[in-house]
Formats: sequence, structure tokens, C-alpha cells
Amino acid sequence: MKHLLGQIFRSGKFLFGFVIFMIIMLTVLIYPLLVEYPPLKTISRGTFLPPGIYVNVYDSMTFSESYTLILDNAATKRIASKLNAEDRQAMKEWLVIGAELPEDEIDVDDTAKLIDLWTTNFDPTVRLPGMTNADRNYYIRLTASLDGLLATEGATVAVANEDTGVLEEKYVIDQTTYVNVGEVPNVRVLPLGTDNFGRDVLTELIKAISVSLTIGFVAGTVATTIGLILGLVSGYIGGIVDDLIMFITNLFTVIPSIILLILISFSIGQEKRGAFTIAVVIGFTSWVWTARAVRAQVISLRNRDHVNLSKLSGHSIIHILAMDILPYIASYVVMALILQISSGILAEAGLSILGLGPRTTEVPTLGLMLNWALIYQAPLLGKWWAYFPVILIIALIAFSMNLMNTGLDQVFNPALRD
Amino acid sequence: MSKVILEVNELTTKYITRFREDIYAVDHVSLKVEDGKSIGIAGESGCGKSTLALSLMGYYFPPLHYSSGEIIVDGRNITGMNPDNVRKTILGNEISYIPQAAMNALNPTQKVIRFIEDVIQAHNPRVTRQEIYELARERFELLGLPADVLQKYSVELSGGMKQRTVIATSVILSPKVLIADEPSSALDVTSQKMVIKMILDLMEKGIIKSLIFITHELPLLYNVTDDIMVMYAGQIVERGSADEVVFDPIHPYSKALMGSIIVPEAGLRDVKLTAIPGTPPNLKNPPAGCRFAARCKFAMPECQAISVNLRDTGGGRTYRCIIPEEDLRKAYENES
Amino acid sequence: MKAKGKEETAVGAEILSGKGLTRVFGFGPNKTVAVDHVDFSFKKGEIISIVGESGSGKTTLAKMLLGLLKPTEGEIYFAGELRDISSHKKKRQYWQNIQAIFQDPFSSYNIFRKIDAVLLDCIRMRGGRRLPYDQKRAMMEEACSFVNLKFDELTNKYPFELSGGQQQRLMIARIFLLKPKILLADEPTSMIDACSRATILDMLMNLRDEIGMTPIFITHDIGLAYYVSDTVYIMEHGVFVESGSADDVILNPQEPYTQRLLNDVPKLHEEWDLSTV
Repeated sequence: MKHLLGQIFRSGKFLFGFVIFMIIMLTVLIYPLLVEYPPLKTISRGTFLPPGIYVNVYDSMTFSESYTLILDNAATKRIASKLNAEDRQAMKEWLVIGAELPEDEIDVDDTAKLIDLWTTNFDPTVRLPGMTNADRNYYIRLTASLDGLLATEGATVAVANEDTGVLEEKYVIDQTTYVNVGEVPNVRVLPLGTDNFGRDVLTELIKAISVSLTIGFVAGTVATTIGLILGLVSGYIGGIVDDLIMFITNLFTVIPSIILLILISFSIGQEKRGAFTIAVVIGFTSWVWTARAVRAQVISLRNRDHVNLSKLSGHSIIHILAMDILPYIASYVVMALILQISSGILAEAGLSILGLGPRTTEVPTLGLMLNWALIYQAPLLGKWWAYFPVILIIALIAFSMNLMNTGLDQVFNPALRD
Repeated sequence: MSKVILEVNELTTKYITRFREDIYAVDHVSLKVEDGKSIGIAGESGCGKSTLALSLMGYYFPPLHYSSGEIIVDGRNITGMNPDNVRKTILGNEISYIPQAAMNALNPTQKVIRFIEDVIQAHNPRVTRQEIYELARERFELLGLPADVLQKYSVELSGGMKQRTVIATSVILSPKVLIADEPSSALDVTSQKMVIKMILDLMEKGIIKSLIFITHELPLLYNVTDDIMVMYAGQIVERGSADEVVFDPIHPYSKALMGSIIVPEAGLRDVKLTAIPGTPPNLKNPPAGCRFAARCKFAMPECQAISVNLRDTGGGRTYRCIIPEEDLRKAYENES
Repeated sequence: MKAKGKEETAVGAEILSGKGLTRVFGFGPNKTVAVDHVDFSFKKGEIISIVGESGSGKTTLAKMLLGLLKPTEGEIYFAGELRDISSHKKKRQYWQNIQAIFQDPFSSYNIFRKIDAVLLDCIRMRGGRRLPYDQKRAMMEEACSFVNLKFDELTNKYPFELSGGQQQRLMIARIFLLKPKILLADEPTSMIDACSRATILDMLMNLRDEIGMTPIFITHDIGLAYYVSDTVYIMEHGVFVESGSADDVILNPQEPYTQRLLNDVPKLHEEWDLSTV
């Protein structure tokens, strides 16, 4: 046993798959201990906030100590963030065509002169030939953002007087005022932004992985157990029992399991479709291949001399199946289980994308996350953080499990060893 | 003395296991096979006789590695030749090799004639199919195989026919030496006899010049080859003519081996079979002295320490034992 | 060895016999009749050999005798009575009387069970389940010493850690514990080295004298059959073509098939006639 484990972990493929899988598992286990946000709480008003660090503006002005830093390129950066090279080029184009200024007089790098030219010449009512509405809106937005761009004085914060309602000046925030993010009481890091419901995608994703893995494990265990028992019984006993079981198995084989899954999920009804139910349903529709494979193995084993010897020693069928057959196919069953888990996760994802997955508002699954992202058109809107990490995780789980399976296959099947 | 076809001097080869241990499966083996002669190698499972077959051809693919000694095929020294080169230029051309499971080498999806085309065209790509067919048909008829076998698939042939077809195919280029490793062990006695007859025919009709026949079945070996070498734990322990080795063995191991032969002949029922207690040594750490010492009835204390070389009796026979021939014979007489 | 055995174990009443025993595999065009209406009568104490080439049906016959395979047709009589193995309990009872040794020792043992478990099974089979461990251990030690193995060296080991010859000896130790009336030995020496063969055969014969069982050898090796047995049955295509005392059948064969078989075996003192193929 020890030797076998040693061999398994010497297989590069298995080890690589195992490490990937363990990283995912550990993340799932450790993350909730460190970060205690409820996974499905809406935190943002507005959807699909991009990934980043969110700093509370109110806190940074009123609760944090302010510092003054004199940095040379601060102004340049500030201007560049509002007015980038593309915007400058667009402005030049408008000025050349709309105001008919000579092209060589406009210097896009001289920000002050460019803005001056713009404010004197730009007229939002002028329609240039070939200009779309979107273009026009763009120029209007651009004009708005230029307001106060070159200002050098600070911004004034005023608070309304409780009695009179008159605004009273509180602070002046200079352009050189800084706060230390560490001192701001409310900072929220959203590495993967928020989703369509304004929920933190990372926290949701971690929870979804754990739920999907559970679904996979339950589905895989159910499928492997059914397949194993049917395969053992049908292969060992043979005769009419075998015929009957193989008839049922063949029925399940010819009907694609995805169709069965869809029909069963649909007929269960929305209210009863919890994550666990779906897992069991997936398990019930995917045992066929395990049963067939186990049966084939048992048939080749049942006439072996060690089984005959066990019979001659007066052992019962249960004893023979458990002690003389099962250990010989155990490695095979473990490999089948790994594949079943991985395909269970994929099946859940497939069902959920169709909207037939677990109907739940308490827990996310990988499939549900994809389903939500699709419904709210995340791919069309370019909100990659709502769906791409989910796809990546599904791929990684399937990849790691298949790698482990191939690695095990090479250890258990000497013919495949190199 | 006729021409020496295959000469092997002090050949040592080893297996390197996955745990980087060396196992010397063939240990300082020398042999000479002359034109028209056949030599048999007898031994029990694990004594290194199959490894010797591969080693004789210079067929060293991991985990088998060459260690020392030389191999000369018909005057050409092939020691140190790249095994891929051996496969391309020596196998089939100079030496042919038939393992026990040779009949499984036939591709079930191809007709037998395709297999023969592959063999011939690998050595001479310019031969046409028609020429190959003519050659194959002629050769098969010479060997008493029906020519329509050429147009059949291997699954249509019986085990014995398959084995004979593979042998006929592997000697299609008329190699000088045929090395047959248990070529008939998986077959029924009748098929076995047909296979053996064909191999002897190959010698008689001059298709091959010399034969090396490896088996653990002593009555078979006795009936097939001129000379017999007995192998134990990677070493040759005795060599002589078939009659001498079977009926008058010198080495205690050969003596015991010959005492365990069972044949359906009158008088056999009264013979007590010889049993050798114990198991052969592990070749990972072979004993320093005689390798048979631990199981030998006549072992003396020095047997454990001193390793002896093959001794020549003068009559062309050799044996590997510290005890002189006369003393051994006396001991055997006292026993019976 | 032979003569001594015969004196001590007198040949007696019929112990195992069969009438019209048939086994068919498959049906329709794929039908193969492996054993075809075979009649036989084995006497208590005699040593029997069933000789046949591969595909002759000898292994199928052996499996039917052992109760591992149901005959398609025909009856088997054990100790004069129709054999009844319709329930697990009756099977167990039958298997207390008939046991087997298989050809390949390496595949005869469950590689996941230790030697102790194999031997303890036999004690349990003989109704010794509730014996104190000391007594069980003494029985196992006795059985191992009968086949020249040391139980102390075997305990807690797995069978595959032994050599082929040792495994086959352990198989005999198993029979020693079970003390069956009939032992079916299916090619017991074909996978082991010639030098261990004599040991195994000696032990089987000693065991026969010790517990008075009737050995039945199933083999393709006509030489072995001649060497060990009193009565030889020659089997071809599912039927016995010739049977009788070993000397009669082997030294003076009447049937062409037996003659051919004998003629095709390489021998030491007679010319091996290669012209007859």
C-alpha cells in the first residue's frame, strides 16, 4: 500500500493534477476563514463594477489624516487620466473639420492651448458629415470632463448648516493632499469586481467552487456506487440477472444522459431543485459507463483461479465480491470515481447554463454563475470578470482531475508506463 | 574443423532496474557454433537463457545493457554496434530470432504475404511484390507449408501453423544463425513436432547454417540439438554433446536436472525423480563462490568462497565445479 | 514411491462417477460441446489421470466435477449418491470432500490476503472456527511442516512473496488442513521448475497416504500421467477415447489418437520419429 502510494506520487502527471486540485481545495477551505463576507450579498448599487480597490471617498476626506506630497508628475497624470492621446487626436480632428482651423496650427501636446482652442471653437450643435449620435455624445462628454482640468487651486468641501441650510466651507482639498489608504476605515478590495446583482465575484466564486465540488462528489459517489454494485452483481452472477441489468444499462446508454438530466430536472419542478437534489439526479443518470466497465472487469476476474479457490474455501458471494473481486478492481473504481466527479461538475454547469440547475438563492454554483452572467449579457458587455474566472476554474478542475486519472492509469496499467 | 558461424567470448550483460540496481543475467558466457551444428541451451525459469538469446544478437534495448565481451557473426565483429543498427542490418539478415510468443507478432489485419513483404523490403526496398511472392511461395513449398497460407489473415491459421509461418517468414532472407527461444512451448505436442521438424528442415536444406535452441524441456532439447549447454543463475555450468549431458552429466546441477526428466517410457515409473531443495540465488547480489553451492548436495566449505571457471575434461566437454570429474562420478555412484 | 502408496491405500469402492456428463457453451451456430456425454467411475484410493491437449475439455470436466460449473446434461455421483449442490450449505459440504490445486500458483491466491488468512479459511471450513488461536496455530504449523515450510516465516506474509514451488507447497498444506476425500490437481507442476516438480509430486503422494484421499490429475503431459497414476483416461474433443491402467494405455495404446499423442512426445530412449507429421 505504501509502495503503491509512493508510485502514484512519483507519477508526474498525477502529481501535477493533484497539486492544482489541492490548491483549489485549500483556497476553498481557507478563504472563508480569512474573509467572512456573506457570498451572495449585494454590495454595489449598479452592476458589473470592474475589479479594483474601492476606497471610501467620504472617509478619506473626513476620517483620515491628510498628508501633503509634492510630486512632479501629479498634474500630468491627472490630466492624462481625463484626456488621453486618443481624445486629443479626436479633438484635433473636430477642430480641423468642424472649425476649419489649419491642421498645422494645432499642437496636441500643448494641453493649455488645445483646451483654449476647444472652448472657443467647439459647438455641440454643429453636425459634421458622417458623425453618428454616439460620436456627438462622446464630444459632449469630453467637453464636460475638460471642465476644471487645468485648475490649480484646491476643491472646497462645504457642509450645509443644520439651522440655516447655508453651505459653510469645511475644508479645502489641495491638489497635493494625500491620504494613506491604510488609514481609511473603509476600503474594499474587489479583485474580480462585482456581478450583475452587485455581488463580490471572488467571494461568490469561492463559495460556488465549494458547492460545485460537493455536487461533483455527491454525483460521482452516487454514480460510482450504483455502477459498482450493478456491475459487480451483473458480472459475477451472470445469466438472467446479467441480461436484465444489461438491458437497463443499454436503455440508459442509448438515451443520451443530458436529455434524461434535462427531463428529470424539468419535471422535479423549480421549488424542489436544490443543489443536493441536482447532484443525486446527475449521479442517477451517469452510472452507466461505470457499470459496464466494472462488469467487464468482473467477468474477466470471476473465472480466475483465486476466485475458484475462494469458492472452494466455502466463502459466500458477498465475501467473494468484497474480498476477491473488489480489491482487484479498486484502482479502476477510484479512477472511474475521479472521472465521474469531474463530469458531475461539468453536468451541473451544463444544466445550470440551460436554467435547469439548482434553483437557489442561498448558494451559488459554478453553473449558476455562468447562467447569471449569460442572462445579464456579461460577455456582450465585455464584463469578463463575471464569467471568465468561472470558466477558468471549471477547466482547471476538469483538467486536474483528468491529469490525476491519467497518472493513476499509468501507475495501475503497466502497459502504459514509459 | 568447419567454419565458426557465431562466436561469443566472455559476454556479460546486465539489466538495470528502475531502482538503479544491476542484475547480471548473463555472466561471462562463451560459445561457438559451427557451420551445420546446433546447440541447445537448457535451464530453468529465471536462469537467464532468454536474456542470453537477446544478448547473443547484440540486441540491447533498455533495461538490458551490454557490459563486456565480444560477439563475432561469421567473421564480423558486432560488439558495440548500435542496437538500432543491429535491428536493421543483423536481424533477419545474419541472425533470426523466434521468441515463444512469435506467433502473436503477426498483425491480424494484414495478410501473411504483407508481413513477408515488410521483412524483405526493410532490407532491400527495390524488390517487387511479384518477386517476393514467388520467393515466398517457393520457400513455403520447400518447407511443406501450403502456399495459400500467404493469402490468409493470421486469425485464420491455427497456433501451430501461425508459429511455422512466422518461422518461415523470419528466415526468408536465409540468415546464418537461427535463435529459437521456446518456439514450441505454447503448442500441443503434435504442433510442436511440426514446428521442430520444420526447424530441422531449415538446417538440412541449408536455409540456415546454425541453430541455437533454447528451452527448459530437456527431452525436446535432447532430440533437437547436437550439443547442450546447461545454464544456471546466468552462468554456463556444463557443456557437452546431447548424449553426454543428458545421460552422463558431470555438474551436480545438471545431474539433478537430468534426474527430474519425465517421459512416457517403460521403466520410468520405478525411477525416483531428483528434487533440488531451495531456490536459485538472487542475481542482484550473487554469491561470491559457486552459485549452486547453497543447493548442492556435494558442496564443501570452500564452494561458498571460490568461484571456479569452466573446466575442460579434455574430450570437448566443460563443467564448472571445484570437485574433479572422477570424484563427482564416484559420489554419484555412491548415491545410487 | 508408487508401489509403497499402492500397498497402504487399498483401491476400494466407487467414490466419484459420472453418467452422460455434458457441457455445451454458447448456442445456435456458436455452439461448442466441450464435454460430450462422458461416463466414468473413479474408485476410492486409485490415482487417476485425465490426459488431453488444449481444447480437449479436460478443464471443463474438472470444473464440473468441482461444482464450479453446471453440467448441461448428465449426473455426477459422489460416494454412490447423486450429488446435490443446490444450496450454498450443500456446496460447502461437498467442498469438504473435494478440493483442487490449480495450474498457476501465482494466480491461485488472492494477492490481497495473507497466508494466515488462506490457512485459517481451511480450518474454518473443517468446522474449527471457534477453536482457540493456539490450537489453530498448532494446526497451521503442522500443515506447513508437512510441506517443509516454516509457519513462523510465513505468518504475516503474502503468498506472492514466495517462489512458485513454495506457493504450490502452500497449496498442498491447504489440502492437508482440509483433508478432502478427492483432490483434483489441474496441471499442478506445469508452471514450476523441473527440480521442484519432484518435491511437489512426492508431497502429494505422501499426503494421499496420510489422509487417504483419491487424487485426480488433469494434465496435458502424458509422461507425468504415466509416472504418477494407476488409471489413465485419454480425452479428445470432449470424450474419453481410451482408458485403463497406466501401463496398458501408455505402453500398449490401442486408439490411434493415443498412439499419435505418444508418438509425438519427444523421448530419451526411443527415436523421435519426425517423419510422421
